[in-house]
Amino acid sequence: MSQKTNVFQKAGSFLFDNKVMIAFATICVAAIVLSGSPMSFIVDGVFNRITRNTFTVLALIIPVLAGLGLNFGIVIGAVAAQIAVFWVVYWGFGGFGGMLLSVLIATPLAVLFGFLVGKLFNRMKGAEMIAGLILGYFADGLYQLFFLVIIGGIIPVDNPKLIISSGVGVKNTIDLTGNLKYAIDSVRMVDIITILFYAVLAITVVKVILHLLKKYQLKKGELIFFGVVAILFGISYIPVVERFLSTDRLGLLDALTAVLIVLGVIQLVKIVKSLFFEKEKPKYLLKPILAILVYGLIYGLTYIPQIEEVLLFVKLPVLPFLLIAGLCWFNHKLLSTRLGQNMRTVGQSQSVAMASGIDVDRTRVIAMIISTVLASWGQLIFLQNIGTFSTYGAHTQIAQFAIAALLVGGASVQKATNKQAIIGVILFHTLFIVAPQAGKQLFDNAQIGEYFRVFVSYGVIALSLAMHAWKQFKKEDQPPTMGPNQENSSLPSGTAEQQVGK
Amino acid sequence: MKTLKNIYDNIGLPRLIIGLFFIFLVVASIVLGFSPAAIFSDVVRRWLMYGTLVLAMVPGIQSGIGLNFGVSLGISAGLLGSVLAMEISFVRNWNEVLGAAAPWLTLLLALTFGTIMAAVLGTLYGLLLNRVKGSEMTVSTYVGFSVIAFMNIVWLSLAFKNGELSWPLQGQGLRNTASLSGSFGGVLSNPDVVQSTQPAWLHWLAFKIGDFTLPLGLILVFTLLCIFVWLFFRSKLGIAMSGAGENQLFTTSSGINVDKKRIQGTAISTVLGAVGIILYAQTYGFLQLYNAPLMMGFASVASILIGGASVRRAKISHVLIGTLLFQGILVTALPVVNEVIEIGTLPEVLRIIISNGIILYALSKTKGGNQ
Repeated sequence: MSQKTNVFQKAGSFLFDNKVMIAFATICVAAIVLSGSPMSFIVDGVFNRITRNTFTVLALIIPVLAGLGLNFGIVIGAVAAQIAVFWVVYWGFGGFGGMLLSVLIATPLAVLFGFLVGKLFNRMKGAEMIAGLILGYFADGLYQLFFLVIIGGIIPVDNPKLIISSGVGVKNTIDLTGNLKYAIDSVRMVDIITILFYAVLAITVVKVILHLLKKYQLKKGELIFFGVVAILFGISYIPVVERFLSTDRLGLLDALTAVLIVLGVIQLVKIVKSLFFEKEKPKYLLKPILAILVYGLIYGLTYIPQIEEVLLFVKLPVLPFLLIAGLCWFNHKLLSTRLGQNMRTVGQSQSVAMASGIDVDRTRVIAMIISTVLASWGQLIFLQNIGTFSTYGAHTQIAQFAIAALLVGGASVQKATNKQAIIGVILFHTLFIVAPQAGKQLFDNAQIGEYFRVFVSYGVIALSLAMHAWKQFKKEDQPPTMGPNQENSSLPSGTAEQQVGK
Repeated sequence: MKTLKNIYDNIGLPRLIIGLFFIFLVVASIVLGFSPAAIFSDVVRRWLMYGTLVLAMVPGIQSGIGLNFGVSLGISAGLLGSVLAMEISFVRNWNEVLGAAAPWLTLLLALTFGTIMAAVLGTLYGLLLNRVKGSEMTVSTYVGFSVIAFMNIVWLSLAFKNGELSWPLQGQGLRNTASLSGSFGGVLSNPDVVQSTQPAWLHWLAFKIGDFTLPLGLILVFTLLCIFVWLFFRSKLGIAMSGAGENQLFTTSSGINVDKKRIQGTAISTVLGAVGIILYAQTYGFLQLYNAPLMMGFASVASILIGGASVRRAKISHVLIGTLLFQGILVTALPVVNEVIEIGTLPEVLRIIISNGIILYALSKTKGGNQ
């Protein structure tokens, strides 16, 4: 009996957990079909937005882990980035160097802000989300005060391109063309490999020296990793490869091929390993072989003209995607560190964490600092990609959209993963791209589509906050007063915003 | 000394700072040569304009749902009621048929529609809030946002005949800002409107004493609403509701259905929100649709907190003091700031900082007000 219910519960909870995502995917597909836009346009737009926004969405994961909920306070990280960008542009720096300088300025600012926010949140435990939301607005006010009055009014700044003609306050938009635009996007692959090689070389040399001094135990894997990087670096000198790598954009087709090859090689290594080193039974080979077949099939699909056309059309900037991948890796790796484990414990139960000797408040502050810093970097990636810095608007919606995207991917107030973040960004921004066109086709009014997507982004947050709170409340309120309301245990079905939110 | 400390504790630091700031601004504006009468007319006008919206916070807080950021629900109902009433009045050509009575009938109709819709929506909203106890504020904020976003779609889809409401030359969609000059705009508060459209025996509704405008009609309505809420919380029902908000367990044990009281409180709050926005539009002279009411809930919350309310307790006096201080600062800041430094948006920035700062302060005082 209990077994049976378990299976049902599992299936039910799978649907329950993923229902937001499933519903959203359905809306997306419907909107794509309705809009009638060419696939190449949609895919290109989606990848563009993945480049811009994924980093920020990934910055939300750590606070969720640490039990701080959805971090509406990432606005403050974005503000730190924007302050840095303003000064870098004002001082006339540009290119990758200018971007590095922005990072150098933004990071300490974000650390400071994150620290303060963390301290504040520790005073408002249990109300972090509403506090973060209000704090975002509050920070926006201070930011406006700084950019409208203090710059030019108190700090003398003289630059007719940036400052309003009266001499006080920064203009509405700052053009980043010629300085920071594409500062990260346009880093060539050769340069990335070269930098990577020298970085790994330096680290390995240090490690080898330490090893020889018997202060560090060098592992075999580290040498293999160095070898792989060195080989890659060597390959990059072959003229054909060099010509290929000396561009800054990677065609989606090439990227897909490369990813499939890498995945295939990994599976091959697995097969070889289990065959020759571990002598496993052949049935363990089934999985890797199947995987290779699937990769082959996917590659085969790219020869379908329609798909090929799309894949050839879309070009990806390389470095942002590597940074996104790096952040995914960081989020993943953090979990296996002590700090990550502490965060998880704090997120599950503060009293348990306290009892096991974890400094709860400190852990929460660290989570906020990391999230704020990551958000500031995310905003830098966003600004350099978009190319115009809307001084008073660039940060206002960031928390809203990032959180909506994360939730669309199936995350909740208490659980969020890299995968959910990425799926969420894809779905949410697909809708963003196609909604106006779909609205135009459906209602003969593109504006309706635009309002619809805003509504969806609010609605999805409202829905998932309500569901979370409801679950929480049910858990707490099990034994005492259930009252007559418990009879109809579905959400009040009449609330219009909920209905249409799906 | 002790009494001095008592007084200080009663006022509280934020109110003290904001109060002093307000006095400073008033003094500064008079020193700078602005007519005190004009400034005070403006302060009174804005005070009454926002008063009912802030009053809507009281039943919410008292019944235990906390700061009702979701008052946008009531606001939307009120706006929808006004829009419908205006369309009916236009189609029926009330201005021709009824003359001076037309604005009153339109206003009454708007209030009726708004109240009915708000009562229904508020009840449903109360049902939702009962299921999310402990996180009402977060949920209600986003429910409020969602409602405004949803109403954006509604405003855009409505096809009305009234030219004051709909865009010219388009079959569909309402204006961002619709003028109420052909309808109930200013009939309670604007002397020019009252003198020109109403019969002589109604001229007392709004008149000028020198430079000072006295919107007696609006004062009367707002006072009645305040008295109504005040009396309500002295009735059996109101006391039970306050009890529900104050101590759930005790109230339950004395046989009161807490959930029901919370729903009633939410519904009344929503209805007051609807009435509030209609009175707001009446005073302002324009109906603001689309995203204009998005942050009005925040302004109302901030006002009552400035007045000294907490996340759990609110009184009529908090409404009056808070709205006066908050709106007073915003009204007086503009001319003063413009005189000193020419940045028109500074009062807006000030509004953002003060309103959100005070909400943050209140949240940090009460640990978020969560049980």
